[in-house]
Amino acid sequence: MLIEKIKARFGGEILDAQNARDEETFTIDRERAYDFFRALRDEPDFDFNFLTDVTAVDWPERKPRFEVVYQLNSLNLAHRIRVKIRVDGDDPWVHSVVGVWGAADWLERECFDMFGIVFKGHPDLRRILMYDSFEGHPLRKDYQYNKRQPIVPEIDPVVNPIRSSR
Amino acid sequence: MALPARWKDKIVPSDPSDEIMELQMGPSHPAAHGTIKFNLKLDGERIVDCDVEVGFLHRGFEKMCEQGTWTQCFPYTDRLNYASPCINNVGFALAVERLLGIDTTERCKYVRMIMSEVSRIADHLTCLGMAAHEVGGSTAGMYMVEAREFLYDLIEAVTGARVTVTWCRVGGVTHDLPADFTDRIKAAFARLDQVLSDCDKMLSRNRVFIDRMAGVGKLSQPEAISYGLSGPLLRAAGVAYDVRKAHPYLVYDRMQFEIPTGDRGDNYDRFNVRFQEMYQSKRIIEQALAAIPEGPVTITDPKVVLPDKQKVYNSIEGLMNHFKLIMEGIHVPAGEVYQAVEAANGELGFYIVSDGSGRPYRVRVRPPCFLGMGALNKMLIGRMIPDIIATFGMINMIGGECDR
Repeated sequence: MLIEKIKARFGGEILDAQNARDEETFTIDRERAYDFFRALRDEPDFDFNFLTDVTAVDWPERKPRFEVVYQLNSLNLAHRIRVKIRVDGDDPWVHSVVGVWGAADWLERECFDMFGIVFKGHPDLRRILMYDSFEGHPLRKDYQYNKRQPIVPEIDPVVNPIRSSR
Repeated sequence: MALPARWKDKIVPSDPSDEIMELQMGPSHPAAHGTIKFNLKLDGERIVDCDVEVGFLHRGFEKMCEQGTWTQCFPYTDRLNYASPCINNVGFALAVERLLGIDTTERCKYVRMIMSEVSRIADHLTCLGMAAHEVGGSTAGMYMVEAREFLYDLIEAVTGARVTVTWCRVGGVTHDLPADFTDRIKAAFARLDQVLSDCDKMLSRNRVFIDRMAGVGKLSQPEAISYGLSGPLLRAAGVAYDVRKAHPYLVYDRMQFEIPTGDRGDNYDRFNVRFQEMYQSKRIIEQALAAIPEGPVTITDPKVVLPDKQKVYNSIEGLMNHFKLIMEGIHVPAGEVYQAVEAANGELGFYIVSDGSGRPYRVRVRPPCFLGMGALNKMLIGRMIPDIIATFGMINMIGGECDR
């Protein structure tokens, strides 16, 4: 099946491959992630033209701490896989895949906002759901759900010019 | 006009013809039905740059889901896309059921599917009605909002609430369809048909409406795929992708229906796709009502479903069972699952992770309109300010779902 095909094609790059509940999950090395994703998108056997989701899961007691999770989908072949990259808690970063799928732009921004994972090469990595002066990353397990933060003063648009999209 | 001498060095007269004006539109703008901010750079009325700011309705959905039991997430899911809450309920329930490895009853699947389709029609009516209203077609807008009321009446008859339904549970639903549901559907559809036909006449070939919609907010097919658009936005660009067909869930694989598509990927195609989808949803409901089997609407596995109140109040086993499920929650085996359903706006996905305890370890929602908003700036650059309203209306951003 797909899991065998992907293992045969990218043997060395895959650290772990699992099939649970009819869903295939691959764990890969972050250094070679970008080429891996490009190949998955471009090669006709896989044809993963649709990036469904980018998110992360925080496991504070594990090492490495974070799992960055990508859900991929092929609109033409109607198959899905999940790809994970494990990253360290002290310096969490992965390579951005904005160059592969446009959808990664906002999804990676949200993942950065919520977990503090840095997507290297992202053209515009800033907070998206929280405001700029928000401190911390709310979906980390060590962020208390009922923590309060001060109300931010209103920003004068004349003094602070508005943002550009890029 | 001569300037006072003291301003001489302070003010540099600029040439108004090449000046870029910065304008912040929102976050509470009367023409945009949602809390959203556009940071615009304008050359006259032409949009040079548009930075879309979301997050004003962020309430920490994913964080709050981690604080309670699996069942306690259902009220939160109502508040994602509050124009079609039944679909969110169904999506979350399906995800947890897959992680548990259980299957619901046959009748429950039909009931969930019927209510999803009723909600889809209600959602499309909201979207199209509001969009028509914002580009000047107020009459059609009011007609559609009235028609939505017939469907909300149906939802209320089944779930007891119009919007905050909290109607699904893991393993089933709280209420079966009422005995006279088929008659109610017939009556509602008869009136809905009239409204749809009226609105079709009012809008589909209306010169003003077409001028505002056709060719506006265009996104080519490769761009739409790359930006992760789904639902009517992707289908308007000519991709016949529908989760109900590509990855069938419930009993959609037994139903006959078509996927309406467009070919230009502009707002007018999005309008048409949504309009045609309502007829397809009606087809599904009619088929489902003809084929729905009798039986219970929930399973009776005591590890998942609360026992009957009779047992709770009259036996110690029932009482303990109830207590354990309420206090500890359903014990979902450790693991992860991604379950997508076709919501009114596109692929609504739930990626849930369990560590084996009674509480979710992580609940992630893949919100379809968040991705649509991510592509909005591509659709708008080079267009005029009024096009923002039409395009934004057709993306159908629902703050509860986009910002979570």
